Amino acid sequence: MRIGVVVFPGSNCDRDCVHVLRDVVGQDVVEVWHGETALEDLDAVVLPGGFAYGDYLRAGAVAATSPIMPAVRAFASSGGPVLGICNGFQVLLEAGLLPGAMVRNRGLLFQCRTVHIRVESTRTPFTRGLREGQVLRLPIAHGEGNYYAPAALLETIEEAQQVVFRYCDAGGRVTPEANPNGSLRNIAGVCSPQGNVLGLMPHPERAAEEILGSVDGRWIFESLVACLEARVPVPVG
Amino acid sequence: MATVRIIITLKPGILDAAGQAVRQGLHALGYDQAGDVRVGRYVEITVADGIAPEDVHQMCARFLANPLIEQWRFEGLDPNVGASPARSLRRPRPEATRQGRKTDRPGLH
Amino acid sequence: MSPTLPRLDPAAIGLTPAEYEEIRRRLGREPNALELRLFGVMWSEHCGYKHSRVTLRALPAESPRLLQGPGENAGVMDIGDGWAVAFKVESHNHPSAVDPCNGAATGVGGIIRDVLSMGARPIALLDSLRFGSLDDPRVRRTAAGVVAGIAGYGNCIGVPTVGGEILVDPRYRGNPLVNVVCLGLVRTDRLARARASGPGNAVMYVGARTGRDGIGGAAFASEELDECSEREDRSSVQIGDPFTGKLLIEATLEALGTGGVVALQDMGAAGLICAASEMAARGGVGVTVHLDRVPLREQGMSADEILRSESQERMLLIVRPEAAERVAAAYHRWGLPATVVGEVVAEPELRVTHGDRRLASLPPYTLADAPAYRPVASEPQRLWDLWQIEPLPDDSGPQDALLALLASPGIASKRAVYEQYDHSVQVRTVIAPGAGDAAVLRLPELAPKGLALSVDGNGTLCALDPYRGARRAVAECAANLACAGAVPLGVTDCLNFGNPEDPEVFWTFRQAVSGLADACRALRIPVVGGNVSFYNESPDGPIPPTPIVAMVGVIDDVRLSPRMSFRGEGDLIVLVGDPSGDLAASTYLRVVHGLDRGRPPDVDFELHQRVLSVVRESVRAGIARSVHDISEGGMAVAVAESAIAGALGADVVLPAAPRRDSALFGEAPSRIIVSVGEESAAALFALADASSVPVSVLGRTGGDRLRMTVASAGPKRTDIDLPLEALRRAYDALSEVFR
Repeated sequence: MRIGVVVFPGSNCDRDCVHVLRDVVGQDVVEVWHGETALEDLDAVVLPGGFAYGDYLRAGAVAATSPIMPAVRAFASSGGPVLGICNGFQVLLEAGLLPGAMVRNRGLLFQCRTVHIRVESTRTPFTRGLREGQVLRLPIAHGEGNYYAPAALLETIEEAQQVVFRYCDAGGRVTPEANPNGSLRNIAGVCSPQGNVLGLMPHPERAAEEILGSVDGRWIFESLVACLEARVPVPVG
Repeated sequence: MATVRIIITLKPGILDAAGQAVRQGLHALGYDQAGDVRVGRYVEITVADGIAPEDVHQMCARFLANPLIEQWRFEGLDPNVGASPARSLRRPRPEATRQGRKTDRPGLH
Repeated sequence: MSPTLPRLDPAAIGLTPAEYEEIRRRLGREPNALELRLFGVMWSEHCGYKHSRVTLRALPAESPRLLQGPGENAGVMDIGDGWAVAFKVESHNHPSAVDPCNGAATGVGGIIRDVLSMGARPIALLDSLRFGSLDDPRVRRTAAGVVAGIAGYGNCIGVPTVGGEILVDPRYRGNPLVNVVCLGLVRTDRLARARASGPGNAVMYVGARTGRDGIGGAAFASEELDECSEREDRSSVQIGDPFTGKLLIEATLEALGTGGVVALQDMGAAGLICAASEMAARGGVGVTVHLDRVPLREQGMSADEILRSESQERMLLIVRPEAAERVAAAYHRWGLPATVVGEVVAEPELRVTHGDRRLASLPPYTLADAPAYRPVASEPQRLWDLWQIEPLPDDSGPQDALLALLASPGIASKRAVYEQYDHSVQVRTVIAPGAGDAAVLRLPELAPKGLALSVDGNGTLCALDPYRGARRAVAECAANLACAGAVPLGVTDCLNFGNPEDPEVFWTFRQAVSGLADACRALRIPVVGGNVSFYNESPDGPIPPTPIVAMVGVIDDVRLSPRMSFRGEGDLIVLVGDPSGDLAASTYLRVVHGLDRGRPPDVDFELHQRVLSVVRESVRAGIARSVHDISEGGMAVAVAESAIAGALGADVVLPAAPRRDSALFGEAPSRIIVSVGEESAAALFALADASSVPVSVLGRTGGDRLRMTVASAGPKRTDIDLPLEALRRAYDALSEVFR
């Protein structure tokens, strides 16, 4: 499978994503420069973490206006899988490809540590290979990961099963203590109504190899590849 | 040419953690009179004469602010040009300019 | 551009009458006003190393793996298979005192660019910080600002902060220390240098536009801070932009890939004039700089301001003319200015022009080679008194003492700090901050090899004995590396001292350098480069002599590197090294009894090497389940830390000692705690016996309490019996300080 990793000026985790997709999951990977206007023959697109455009104005705000974004939008509309990790999630929110918005962590500080998230929905190509209720141990590293949506939108998202991950404790319980940044309803990741666009704040690419302490992130990528290879249509049933 | 001055803050109801921290800091320095604090962003744009307030609103709605979580107001435009939307337009007042450092980037300070 | 500058009093720009005479002698004429200002900044202590150069010659800089020693922007050592590591440490003390956030941030930016100047991709940062007492609200604001600055810059630029240390001492109150280490990875055949060559080659300016940041910064760093400094000197503090820093990294590595870059250097202290003159001097050539071509972001800047500006995120490149377009294109792709501002000439002359006006003409070597002094040194008499620790205080309350030590700022968990740093970006971090004695990075390029990094130094110890204190810092680094199974490769040092013109201060400097040199020679590792920061004084007086050492080591198989945390119930806790601890100069004496006295025990490097070798062998053999060096707080603290980290208690009996507290809390180098499964104990003992290293079983892991007893002839008692929860609570004492 051919997976594109978009590189914005200021992206930090693009090389990490390329490494995992190519060397751990064994796929063809191409770097897609933000200045391009077309995606060439890709099976999936990843928007990596970092500080695109220095997070000027708002995290992801300027990157959402990049030349490549219309092509990403079109790819998503046609059902193509798009994964936004951390800053990538913020870009998708600002670009309107995912519902809601991010504000500053409740504690105001950048948080770099390991958290647990619970799989809430297996309706996406990225989580189809996982179990509902499965607990994943992944690192977070962000200062603006506090997910927000107005009450009505929040209800819509919940009812449409667009909440894909929630912060939880090691036992899978969604508690206030397990929430590292103040996100409403402990939301750690959401998907689009069709399920092919997913954004999450934790970094699966930093937890895909034993030596780094956890391989739970690997399953997200493996799930995507399995779906692509099996040509599972979107929305994923 | 005119300079439009835009102030963007979080909508009421959104947790303004930065505002809370600033309030605590002021109290710690002895300014007990300081009440509620909102911390926002300030954008100055030099625009050609004749720009309508609606254009500035569009700039804000589409890019400068995130309408889901932020509200905005601005001043500096001639109120007689273009339609006046529901949001209030303040009369421009003289401001001390401050030479200085970029302070609007979250995370660095 | 402003008209010619008025005639200057040399003293006004920090030059002594003798220095002024020397300038006239070397030039054979009077310098003009601009040239004089350039000398003022290039011959400042910060740039010129006038008071330290002679002493620094004592540092060993030889090793078969050394590819680049002192003299370039960073040191470089070979790690095998065609790869090398570039590393260096820099201080940013004075700016951080005035503007903690920006001062610390630009310190990070600067050292990253120094490593980038060697053609290396920066892959790790460590920081060594010193503050006054954290009870002081002003100190707390400074500390929080420094941490925020390091986090803000490091996180955005995408280089992980993988380790560091924070120590406090009231004497740092008016003068905090911010030392930042950066390490980068480079292929040995792609190593770059800052040596201009090739008459006709272009001098290319890349990066952010030039403004008035930090004007006088280098000279500012060479003055002492007073109460007014904070407000007046804010204009001297540079503002950094990590986003531009990140673009600069990517663009520069791409530019280097074109093969058209002959040399490059960061524009840091003393900006453009420093980079141009140093590159020209190293290459024995001349450089012409056309000021009218320099990209500016402010109006009406004078020649002096343009040349001395310390605007951040800029580099100076020497580029082959036929490659200039390709090199510039790499920068433009990343949205950065790249402009040819001059050329290399054969005649060794640094020429500054504006339009058709020649503003300055100086021999580059003259500017870059400030006079070297031999300052007077005089041993402070008070040390002899300070070395007396009798009568010793009451040897009671070991439980309270342990809790007090765990809660003391030097020992307490720094989680509130390092959780603000992104320590896992670039997916190399195997052992993150807080998990082990050294940071451990994997090297997929050279799998299964890895790197271990540690930064250490103890000014409080050095104030009591600077020679031994410096040796202890080196020994501590090597021990931390050994805990990860790493063999020391090389050292970079940051020497933070007060006014070198004070003979007692200079004595401590010479002693520290001597200790550093002897220690590195004993370990047979080179000092690849470093930094000296003088004039760290405030109205409170000078800081304690604080040599900081950062050491890099290579791990053969990074999959075997253990952490400090106890792992399995019933594992044996083994001490490798001699159990006797010394109360002299100990953290226990200071924290629990308020006594800052005693002569620190020296390191026996011959024994130290053998102890480290045994520990490394046990790691390589895969039998070490946890490893932890005994340092501040002695044995009790080390065992407690391993218990807290592993959430696993322990039962320990220490051999009898003249005093209970010296056994529990006494400090001495060359002691490491290793926990092993019962089945591996014999193997560990065999390793120790083969190297004639003392080894003893202290106890076992298990349960949720820490029990420690010092063996004695008297009635049986347990000296320390605490639940893990109590230990953890004490250890978390700093959790609210850094918010």
